[in-house]
Amino acid sequence: MDFLTIIQILDSTIRLATPLLLACLAGLFSERAGIFDIGLEGKMLAAAFFSAATAAITGSVWLGLLAGTLASMVLSALHGLASITFRGNQLISGVAINFLAAGMTVLIAQDWFQQGGRTPSLIGQGRFNAVTLPFADALADVPVLGPIYSELISGHSILVYLAFLCVPATWWLLFRTRFGLRLRAVGENPAAVDTAGISVIGMRYAAVAICGLLCGIAGAYLATALQAGFVKDMTAGRGYIALAALIFAKWRPWHAMFSCLLFGFLQAVALRYQNIHIGDFVIPVQAMDALPYILTVVILAGFVGKAIPPRAGGEPYVKER
Amino acid sequence: MDVMPKWAEVVLVPLISLLLAAILSALVILAIGEDPIAAVQLMVQGALGSTYGWGYTLYYATNFMFTGLAVAVAFHAKMFNIGGEGQAMLGGLGVALACLYFPWPHWSLALIAATVGAALFGAAWAAFPAYLQAKRGSHIVITTIMFNFIAAAVLNYMLVNVLRPEGSMDPATERFSPTVHLPTLHEILAPFGIQFSKAAPANFSLLVAIAACILVWALIWRTRLGYEIRAYGFSEPGARYAGISPTRIIMISMLISGGLAGLMAINNVMGEAERLVLNATEGAGFIGIAVALMGRSHPLGVFLAAILFGFLYQGGAELALWTSIPRELIVVIQALVILFTGALDNMVRMPLESLFLRYRKGRS
Amino acid sequence: MAMNDQTERQDTAAPAIELKGISKSFGPVQANKDISISVRPGTIHGIIGENGAGKSTLMSILYGFYKADRGEIFINGKKTEIPDSQAAIAAGIGMVFQHFKLVENFTVLENIILGAEDGGLLKPSLAKARKSLIELEREYGLNVDPDAVIQDIGVGKQQRVEILKALYRQAEVLILDEPTGVLTPAEADQLFRILGRLRDEGKTIILITHKLREIMDITDTVSVMRRGEMTATVKTSETSPEQLAELMVGRKVLLRVDKVPAKPGKPVLEIENLKVTDEKGVARLKGIDLTVRAGEILGIAGVAGNGQSELLEVLGGMRRGEGTIRLNGEPLALDGPNSDGRARRTQGVAHVPEDRQREGLIMDFHAWENVAFGYHLDASYRRGPFMDNTALRRDTEAKMKKFDVRPPDPWLTAKNFSGGNQQKIVVAREIERNPDLLLVGQPTRGVDIGAIEFIHNEIVALRDQGKAILLVSVELEEIFSLADRIAVMFDGHIMGERLPNETDEKELGMLMAGMSGEAA
Repeated sequence: MDFLTIIQILDSTIRLATPLLLACLAGLFSERAGIFDIGLEGKMLAAAFFSAATAAITGSVWLGLLAGTLASMVLSALHGLASITFRGNQLISGVAINFLAAGMTVLIAQDWFQQGGRTPSLIGQGRFNAVTLPFADALADVPVLGPIYSELISGHSILVYLAFLCVPATWWLLFRTRFGLRLRAVGENPAAVDTAGISVIGMRYAAVAICGLLCGIAGAYLATALQAGFVKDMTAGRGYIALAALIFAKWRPWHAMFSCLLFGFLQAVALRYQNIHIGDFVIPVQAMDALPYILTVVILAGFVGKAIPPRAGGEPYVKER
Repeated sequence: MDVMPKWAEVVLVPLISLLLAAILSALVILAIGEDPIAAVQLMVQGALGSTYGWGYTLYYATNFMFTGLAVAVAFHAKMFNIGGEGQAMLGGLGVALACLYFPWPHWSLALIAATVGAALFGAAWAAFPAYLQAKRGSHIVITTIMFNFIAAAVLNYMLVNVLRPEGSMDPATERFSPTVHLPTLHEILAPFGIQFSKAAPANFSLLVAIAACILVWALIWRTRLGYEIRAYGFSEPGARYAGISPTRIIMISMLISGGLAGLMAINNVMGEAERLVLNATEGAGFIGIAVALMGRSHPLGVFLAAILFGFLYQGGAELALWTSIPRELIVVIQALVILFTGALDNMVRMPLESLFLRYRKGRS
Repeated sequence: MAMNDQTERQDTAAPAIELKGISKSFGPVQANKDISISVRPGTIHGIIGENGAGKSTLMSILYGFYKADRGEIFINGKKTEIPDSQAAIAAGIGMVFQHFKLVENFTVLENIILGAEDGGLLKPSLAKARKSLIELEREYGLNVDPDAVIQDIGVGKQQRVEILKALYRQAEVLILDEPTGVLTPAEADQLFRILGRLRDEGKTIILITHKLREIMDITDTVSVMRRGEMTATVKTSETSPEQLAELMVGRKVLLRVDKVPAKPGKPVLEIENLKVTDEKGVARLKGIDLTVRAGEILGIAGVAGNGQSELLEVLGGMRRGEGTIRLNGEPLALDGPNSDGRARRTQGVAHVPEDRQREGLIMDFHAWENVAFGYHLDASYRRGPFMDNTALRRDTEAKMKKFDVRPPDPWLTAKNFSGGNQQKIVVAREIERNPDLLLVGQPTRGVDIGAIEFIHNEIVALRDQGKAILLVSVELEEIFSLADRIAVMFDGHIMGERLPNETDEKELGMLMAGMSGEAA
């Protein structure tokens, strides 16, 4: 494997890690506030469709991003309604949202575009195009560092940079601000927050809203940057992988970035190589496809340290008698 | 304290939830420019208007009975098994191996072997998440989701690399021998002089599914194991107090759950396709969630909800055929049913409870 | 006398807190019925009542935790709306709940500023809180390490954090809900000194408790609640424990059970060097030696959380341990498949657990299903592969009659019975099995007085049949009235054994605080 191939795989890793990272941070906000969210997948899917559809109709990818984010946040509000206001089962609500998104996107796509549940391909301003960082071309010929800068770091869409900036931003917000203190507290012991005179409901809705926002960007990235348009079920389990990455990261922002890069790398390798030959031994492509899920199970099994979720996670807050 | 009478709990709440789901679905149909009333008529006509329609409705319902029971049994032990889909896929593998590699002289023997194979493979696929939950505290919801994806990869590998007949481009097994063909409803009912559509796929598995409903009912409400499963589901510390081993209950109830989900394969793989193809389960494992929620985890409720979803599935297919409404409408309805009967249960329940409270106060 | 002047001045001042006609229902249960109460500023006002009398609900309404259905709240004579805790805090009310409302993995400082931060960034808030914490410590003698993480400090310290939280928010009125339940007598005394100091500084304290001694020791005024109603408000100096007890329960109560002296026989339960380590690896029992003889009640006294629960659990088969336990001379397994609750039951151990709602009963099961709970594999409840539900219901009807369970309806679910009747179902199930050894944990927690008498008498009757009984209770009064012998537990050790007529609350209190009898 030569240097250029490695750069290409890593470049692809960054692209594939971006939606995972955004969704993973989305889940982090929600779960840190005590709301489990297995509906990341559905929110991304809804955002992917509405961003692509809006971009296709208006020709503006920014309007697409806005529409996608709104759609995702509407589903977030639904999750909030079920799990916060009506104290329902958060897991069941997440499942419902995933199916709702899977069904509605195709239904509306068929109604609007009649192309078998997909949107028209996006062109020009309908997509997020690559951003060339300053001096990328000039430095391309510098050995080793040149390709790393111009190929690997430069040349991604603006959303990629945004996603990676979200990591320190999330860390700062969670651990250095009043909002973060309250958000973490509400996921650990909502009664403490309630008796301190802060609205548990308000905090949890805020967290769920941020979750919707980030999932929205993730979905828009899928349909308008990574690919050029929406196709049925295009999230392909990324919401679940993001969830896996979140557990792997033990609900910490920086660790989330590293675990998403790892899962992105696995996807990049599986995408590039079909069956991998190691001597006489062949790793079938299906094994590569399954690897993120297998890894997650291994992590969940506690073989790589115990993952302890926020203490009040998954439990609707009821004032005790 | 119980505020509502039992009939309201088991009949009224699900019915109102269903009604809400139906109203929203109607709005969706309206929004895409179709007539909901005509759509319902078309669905009823297509799904229940002929023995052909019934044949499909009951075929789908058979799948959903198995997967619905699977989710329901796990629910009784307070576990959410989202892995029905993967367990059903593996069940298909079990059926395929049982049917392909033994020269069965008669379908009944093959059915017994296929039943054992399907249940064993489905149970085995549930065993990993169950063990991890029982021994290592890994959340069963996440692990079963992961096992769905892993199951898809395993099935893909088996069909592409192992079971695919030489020379075939299709990732599927070869057709099972005609001797393992299960009698269809047409063949079962003909001796009684009842004419049933020849083309419809409903088959002997329906009777197995109904038997499974009865057996699950007896298991949960009549046996000591069922008592232990329910006790554990209501209170884990209580179970430990009573000397009920949580590990044992988690393992047994998940094995039963996985086995039931796997059993679906005798219907779709052995009864209908008569070979194993990719994506044979078509999401039936997930519909089991809606069916179990709707049926309040009671076998009779599961039975009725499975028929309802069978109707929706067949009706939805008819809609897709004759109108511009795609099949995905059914996924939306399924989502709404899960939403209202599962996650938004309190939204329906709370106003009803205060209504009953006021009624009771007014009376006393 | 100076004291008198002060009292008169306070009598004329507007009440710090005045509640008028407060009513509150939870579903069909009415927790507070038309309650009025007036609290003078600069006093300690006790509210006493049995469990479930509505004390906590009333104070939670004052703190904005619940909303009253009807009624008005006046603070310093001014009508005030308290829709949420924020409003209560703004009105100068602080509350220390029975179960602390602290974030376990936050530091003391983070817990104190939570909800009372200055501005959006944490750094300045933390710095400011650190400074005022030092002042508060000096003023009231409430010292805690501001950087300690809550889960690493003891309950006594955690309670101080709760008080500091309220003071940091400039509370003038401090409500404490059953503050001594988790404290040793020494810690409780320390708390009362702090409360006295707060009162002397002009703060108003409302103390909710069901312990008469605390009311008599520290309060200026006391209000009594019974079944959601306020039955009386009197000056503490003008009342007596007997009068208060009567007001609490509505009739004269026997504080002691009538019983003949025990005639202990051969040892039934022998425990040697029993050790238990919990899931987190913390040693809970650190080498226990005990013997319980036939025909006697051994009472285990101690502050909650000193290993009594673990002792019951390991004896009842809910937990594993190391060491030796013998029942009638035969060793019992402490590990492996023969150490579970089922094995214990077949060996002749019955168990009335500490928490009947979590452990002793399945709240969603019918009464008849609960009567089999733990004995559901018994041959008498079996018919072929199934459970013999008809036999079970017959059995339930008989037990309900004998133990006066009301209503005597086997089809009712457990959650629809009152606390006392739930406990009667558990006691009936366990005693009627005719065990050699009965384990009893907190038998009368949350049980009404009538049922307490009944349950106590049943336990004594079992003793008189020559059975061995191990009783765990955090209520010293209950230990004194039932036990024939008392062992005190502290920090996983038995601190000493005493005979009830040769000891008193003071000596037991020293032992419960970990001070050996010799030093006392």
